Amino acid sequence: MTQSELPVLTKKDFESDQDVRWCPGCGDYSILAQTQKTMPDFGVAKEKIVFISGIGCSGRLPYYMNTYGFHTIHGRAATIATGLKAARPDLMVWVITGDGDALSIGGNHLIHAMRRNVDMKMIMFNNRIYGLTKGQASPTSPIGKKTKSTPLGTIETPIIPLNLVAAAEASFIARSVDTHSEHLQEMMHRAGEHSGAAFLEVLQNCNIFNDGAWRDFTDKSVKEDRMLVLKHGEPMIFGAEKNKGIRLNGLQPEVVTIGEDGITVADLWVHDETDPDATRTQILSRMWWPDFPVPVGVFRRVPRPTHDQLLIAQIDGAKAARAAKGPVDLQKLLASGETWTVE
Amino acid sequence: MTTPDSGAQHGTVTELDRVTIRFAGDSGDGMQLTGSQFTATTALFGNDVSTLPDYPAEIRAPAGSLPGVSGFQISFSSGDIHTPGDRPDVLVAMNPAALKVNLGDLVPGGAIIVNTDAFNDINLRKAGFTEDPLKNQSLQGYNLYEIPMSTMVAGACEGLGLTSKQVELTKNFFALGVMFWLYERSMAGTEKWIAEKFAGKEAIAEANRRALHAGYAFGETTEIFHTHYRVAAAHLPPGTYRNITGNEATALGFVMASKLAERDLFLASYPITPASDILHQLSSYKHLGIKTVQSEDEIAAIGAAVGAAYGGAMGMTTTSGPGMALKAEMLGLAVMVELPLVVVDVQRAGPSTGMPTKTEQGDLLMSMFGRNSDSPIPVIAPATPAECFTMAIEAWRIALHHMTPVVFLSDAFLATGAEPWRIPNIADLPSIKVENAPASDKPGFRPYQRDPETLARPWAVPGTPGLEHRIGGLEKLDELGTVSYDPDNHHRMNLLRAEKVARVARDIPATELFGDPTGDLLILGWGSTYGSIRSAVERLRARGKRVSHAHLRYLNPLPTDLEAMLKNFKHVLMPELNAGQLRMLIRAKYLVDAVGFNLVRGKPFQIGEIEAKAESLLGESVEAAK
Repeated sequence: MTQSELPVLTKKDFESDQDVRWCPGCGDYSILAQTQKTMPDFGVAKEKIVFISGIGCSGRLPYYMNTYGFHTIHGRAATIATGLKAARPDLMVWVITGDGDALSIGGNHLIHAMRRNVDMKMIMFNNRIYGLTKGQASPTSPIGKKTKSTPLGTIETPIIPLNLVAAAEASFIARSVDTHSEHLQEMMHRAGEHSGAAFLEVLQNCNIFNDGAWRDFTDKSVKEDRMLVLKHGEPMIFGAEKNKGIRLNGLQPEVVTIGEDGITVADLWVHDETDPDATRTQILSRMWWPDFPVPVGVFRRVPRPTHDQLLIAQIDGAKAARAAKGPVDLQKLLASGETWTVE
Repeated sequence: MTTPDSGAQHGTVTELDRVTIRFAGDSGDGMQLTGSQFTATTALFGNDVSTLPDYPAEIRAPAGSLPGVSGFQISFSSGDIHTPGDRPDVLVAMNPAALKVNLGDLVPGGAIIVNTDAFNDINLRKAGFTEDPLKNQSLQGYNLYEIPMSTMVAGACEGLGLTSKQVELTKNFFALGVMFWLYERSMAGTEKWIAEKFAGKEAIAEANRRALHAGYAFGETTEIFHTHYRVAAAHLPPGTYRNITGNEATALGFVMASKLAERDLFLASYPITPASDILHQLSSYKHLGIKTVQSEDEIAAIGAAVGAAYGGAMGMTTTSGPGMALKAEMLGLAVMVELPLVVVDVQRAGPSTGMPTKTEQGDLLMSMFGRNSDSPIPVIAPATPAECFTMAIEAWRIALHHMTPVVFLSDAFLATGAEPWRIPNIADLPSIKVENAPASDKPGFRPYQRDPETLARPWAVPGTPGLEHRIGGLEKLDELGTVSYDPDNHHRMNLLRAEKVARVARDIPATELFGDPTGDLLILGWGSTYGSIRSAVERLRARGKRVSHAHLRYLNPLPTDLEAMLKNFKHVLMPELNAGQLRMLIRAKYLVDAVGFNLVRGKPFQIGEIEAKAESLLGESVEAAK
C-alpha cells in the first residue's frame, strides 16, 4: 500500500486496548491525548510507527498507543532508537522519556543521539521530580528543592534541557506545556515533520509529587505575561497587552516595553528557527521567569542529513565503488591475503 | 646476490619436526611485522603454524625499557600442531631488554640471536644489566649468535640517500633474512609485501629489500651458523588455506552468518582491547551492506544492537570483560523481550581493567549469571582461532532459531593468535534462515505465542501490518504479551524462559571425544585451552596413558551426552584460565568430582604443565590403588 492509498486514520486508530494507568490528574493524560490526535497528521501507516520509551511514568506511554511499541530500560531508549532507525530507515521512530530518564541516567545517550542527528522524535516529559519512584529530586529540580532524598533541599544546579541539546547540536528543539493542548499538538506535529533528531520538552505537572512545578508561569491567569510564544520570522512580543518584547543587546536579551523610551517593534529580536548558529538558541533556552518570560515553541529547526541517511549513503557509495570492480565474491573475501593449496 | 633457490648453501642441514621461534625487540623495532612475515612465508611453505603475539599494553613505553618489549612467537611443524609452543627454541633479541624479558622462557641449550649494536651502556642500564651478558659467562648454556645488525644494514643501504634513523628501522628485515636462511624459507613473499607496502617510496622499499637480502646472505656466507634447519611441509587435509587470527575469523563468520540467514548484519560497538579489530574489520565491509556504528559507550552499543534486532536485523555487539559487565542490564532486556542478539566477549585478564592485552577465561560465570534474576542465555565458545568462523555462524543459528541473545566467548589468545584455516566452500554451508511473522488482518496478535518445538516466539517486525504490539522489560502475560504482575504467570514465564534455552541442547552437535570412551582420566576443557590440552593428551597417550580429551564449544546449555561421558572416567581434570568457573558448573550439574587446574597469568597453558598435572593425578591414583 502506498502512502497515498492509506485510509484516513483518526485518534481512535491510535488508541490501544490497554487501560491507561497514570495517577488521576496527571499531565501525562493530556500528552497522550495530543500524541494520539497528532499521529494521523503524518499520513504514515500505523505499523510503520514505533514508540520507544525508557523507565519512569512517561515510559508507559507506548502501551497506550496502537502502534509498535517498546518499553525498554532506564535511560537507554535513545540507544535502541538509534539501532532501530539505522536498521530500518523506513520507520517513524518516537522516543518517550522523562527528565530523570533522559537527563540523568540517559544523559550520555541524549547527547550522542542529538549530535548524530538520529531521525527520532524525542518527547521529554519534564516534571522536575522522580514520580515513579515516589518523589526524589531530578536533574531539573530547582536548587533548594526539598524531596524525600533531599530533605534539606537539593544542592545541585539544575540542567536546562534545551541548552544542553542545543550544545549537542540537536537539529530541532522545541518546548510546550502539557495543559496547553493546542500548542502541544502543534509542537508534536512540527517535531514529527522534522527530518532528524527532534527534541520536544513538555513542561508536565506531577500533581502527586511536585504539584504546581510550572504553575507560576503556565497558569491561564498569568501565562500571557510570563510566557513567550515563539513564532518563526516574527518579533518576540508577549504580554496580555501585546506590548512587551525581547530586545537582543549583543548577546544579552532584555525585556522592553513597546512604546516606552522610543522602543518600537523594529527594535525587537526577530525569531529565526533556522539560525545555523545555536548560540541564540542557547540564549533563548536560558530565559526564565521571573527575569524573563519563559519561551515556548520551536527554538531551532535546521536541516542536516540524518544518521541513517549518511549511513546508507556510505553503504551505497561503497557498493557502487565495489560494483565498478565487478561483482562481490564472498568466496574471494574469505580467501583474502596469502593462500596456499594442499593437494 | 644469492637467492634461496640457488642451492649454493654451506654447512649441514638438520631435519626437525617442530621449531618455536620468538622474535623480541623494542615496541618500535617492528617485531610483530617480522613475526607475521615469517608466519606468512612459513604457512605458504606448507608447515602447520600457530602464532602468539605478545605486545606491551603501554602504547609507547620508553625505548629500550623492559615494559617496552614486544614479542611474537611462532611454532611451525611438519606435523599437526595445536599451540604456539611452550618455550621457544630460538630467541631473536633485538636489544638487551628483549633478552632480559625473554631469556627465562628459552629452552636450555636454545639459540639466541642478538643485535650486538644495541648492547650499549645505555640500553644495558635500561634493561637492568649491571654488566654486558654477551661478555660475561651468563649465556653459557645457550648457542649465542652475535650479529651487529645495525652496522650491517648501514653498509647494505649505503648510497640510498636515507637518514641513519631510516636505515636503522630496516634491521628487523635483516633479522628476518637471517631466519629465512636458517630455516630454508623463500624471501619472495616478503619481497612482494615490501613492494606493495612501500609503493611510491622506492628508497625505503629498496632499503628493506637490501636489509632482507643482507640478512639472508649473512646466514649463508658467514661461518657462525654451523647448520641450517629443515622443517618439512605438514600433511594437512587437502584444500585452500590461509593464515587467520581469531578476530578475523570471527568477523568473517558474522559476514557469512548474514549471508546464510539472508538478513542484514548490524554491529554497534565501543572500542575495547582486544575486541576492536572485529569492529574495524566489519566497518570496512560497507560494500557488503553491513551497517556499523561506533557507539558512545558499551551500553549504547548493545542498546543499538537490540534496537536493530527489534527491527528485524541481525543486531550484534562486540566487547571484552569490562564492557560485558556494563551490558548486563540490556542483556536482561533481550532475555525478557526474547529477541535474537549476539554478544561477543573477547575475554581478557581481569578483574577491572586488569591486563587488557593478556588472555583469561574469566567471564564464563558472568556470561551465565551476571544479570538480575534468573536470566538464561546460551553461551558458546570457539576452541581455536580458525574455529571462530564456524562458531560465529553457530552463534547466529542459535540466536535466530531460538529467538534468544547468545554470548560468544572468545579470548585474547584466540583473538590475536593465528593458525592455518582451510577455507570452506560457501556452497557447502547450510542455510540458517528464519522467517519474520507474517502480516495479519485478524485482530489479537499474540507476540508470545511460542513454537511448540523450540519455544521461540514469533519475530514480529515493525512495519508488518496487523501485528502492532507492545513489548518491554516488564513481565508479560504468557502468549498475549501484555503487562502482568500475576504471581503464577511470572513463575510460568520464568520456567518457559529457562526451558527455551535448555532446548537449545536438542539442536547442537554431539560432543567430540579424543581418545577412548573410557579410561583413567578425562581432560575436559573449553575455549582457547584446546591446543595445550590436545597436545598434552597426545603426549600422554603416546606414553600409553589412558587419557582422553573432550572440549566443550557449548557451555550453556551443556550437551546432553556430557554426563555419560564424564562418568566413564576415573578422574576428570579441568584446566581453565580462571579459578574454576566451568568446573563449578560441571560439579553442580553432574555431581562429578572434577579436579581443577587453574592458572591465571594472562597467558595460555603450556603443554608440559597440563601433562605434569595429569601425570600427578594419575600417579596419585596409582598410589591410592596400592
